[in-house]
Order: sequence, then C-alpha cells, then structure tokens
Amino acid sequence: MAADALSRVFSALADPTRRDMVARLAVGDATVNELAAPYAVTVQAVSKHLKVLEDAGLVTRSRDAQRRPVHLEAEVFDLMTKWIERYRQQAEERYQRLDAVLRSMPDEEEK
Amino acid sequence: MTTSTHETEIVVDPKVPLVRFVREFDAPAAKVYRAHVDPELIVQWLGPRRQQMRVETWDCRNGGEYRYVHTNDGNEYWFRGCFHELRPGELIVQTFTYEDMPDGVSLERMTFEDIGNGRSRLTATALVDSFEDRDAFVSSGVEVGAREGYEKLDELLAR
Repeated sequence: MAADALSRVFSALADPTRRDMVARLAVGDATVNELAAPYAVTVQAVSKHLKVLEDAGLVTRSRDAQRRPVHLEAEVFDLMTKWIERYRQQAEERYQRLDAVLRSMPDEEEK
Repeated sequence: MTTSTHETEIVVDPKVPLVRFVREFDAPAAKVYRAHVDPELIVQWLGPRRQQMRVETWDCRNGGEYRYVHTNDGNEYWFRGCFHELRPGELIVQTFTYEDMPDGVSLERMTFEDIGNGRSRLTATALVDSFEDRDAFVSSGVEVGAREGYEKLDELLAR
C-alpha cells in the first residue's frame, strides 16, 4: 500500500541520526564506514539505520560495486518534504492573516 | 512593537497520526484565543486564500457545535465539529470534520501561552484515526495531491 509506504518514509525520517545520514547523503554517495565515522556508534548500528532508510525506499545500495556506496533516492525524499513544506506554508499564510487580524483588534482583552 | 514573528513550525509525528503547528504571535494569548472563538474574527483568517468563509452555526461553549462553509467559484466545502473544552486565553479542544468525508474526524487541541513582551505561542495539534487520514490532510491542496502522490511514490519505490 502506498499509504503505508508514506508512513514508512515519515518514520524513517523521524530519527535524528537517520535525518543526519540523509543530509550527508544529499551531498553525495557514501560507504557505511564513511557514514559511521561522525557518530559514536558502531558500524552495525549505522547498518541498522540504513536498513530502515532502505526499507522506506529513501536509499539504495549498489549490489555490484565492492564498496557498495549508499545512494539517496532524492525524488522520494523531495516528494515528502514538498508535501510537508507546502502544508506548513498554508498554515503560515493562515497565521499571517491572523497576524493582521490581531493588529486590527483593540487592545482591551476582556469582553 | 518590533516584529520578530517566527515562521510556523510543523511536526509530522512518525508514531502517532498527528500534525502539530507551533507559531508565535506579537499579541498576548488572550487576544489570539479571542481571534479563534469570535466568528466575526475567525472568518477573516481561517479560510484558505481565494475562498470566502461563512459561518452557519457558532455555539461557542463546551458541548456547542459549529459549522461553516468555504466557497470559491460556486463550489462549497462544508466543515463542522463540536467545541469540547474552551478555557479562555488557554485552551481549545474541538472536533473537526470535512462533511464530504464524514468518517474522518480530527481531534484538535490548541494551547495558548504568553511568552513575555506581549507575545504568545500557539500550539495546534490535530490527531486523526489513521496515518492514511493524516497523510491525506498533509498532502491536501497540494498540486500533486495524495492520489497522484501515492502513484508517484509507488513508481519511485518500484524502481
């Protein structure tokens, strides 16, 4: 189900370490060892995070190359972030209208 | 008053089907609350751009109901719900339903808190029954809507 897939992407991106890894991969492909380097965690732990990202369709790993670099599927990532950003912007526009209403209201609070 | 308004923050929770907005205003909590419960004020800001909002029912008390319509180009979009708990200047708990999707009910909780210098913070949380409903909300009104979006996602994930 596509909706489940969407939820998997949301879940995958909920973890700060995984968000960090995605940000790192947005710069370019990286090996598991390279991804593990900045964190005080084992390569195994990073592999687990990668598995979650892989299951969500956010990253892929080439099967043939010996280094098996991790690749960010930018289109999947962009689709999600665009939806969320658009929804956020709609709220921001709404609240900017509220800003204007608040400015037009008299200062006395009690009715 | 200097305007240092922060942009709306959004939280799309991964474990619970909710969306949360956090926004600060250059006005005290009591005033922001009032703009949420006064029907003459709410029609000025709640409706989407390019749409007119008209309030049909607004029984603003615990257990009271509300119903309003957004219109554009002759299309009508009706919404209704129930005020569950109203605490002036502090809290609104209400339900929210788009009448064309009557099974999908959102439970909304809005808290208002003063943060000093005449400013306040609004935290608005909408909780729904399933991740599918939540994600439909998040992708609603977007050019690539939920359905096409899911198809696109399927395509991308199938690669």
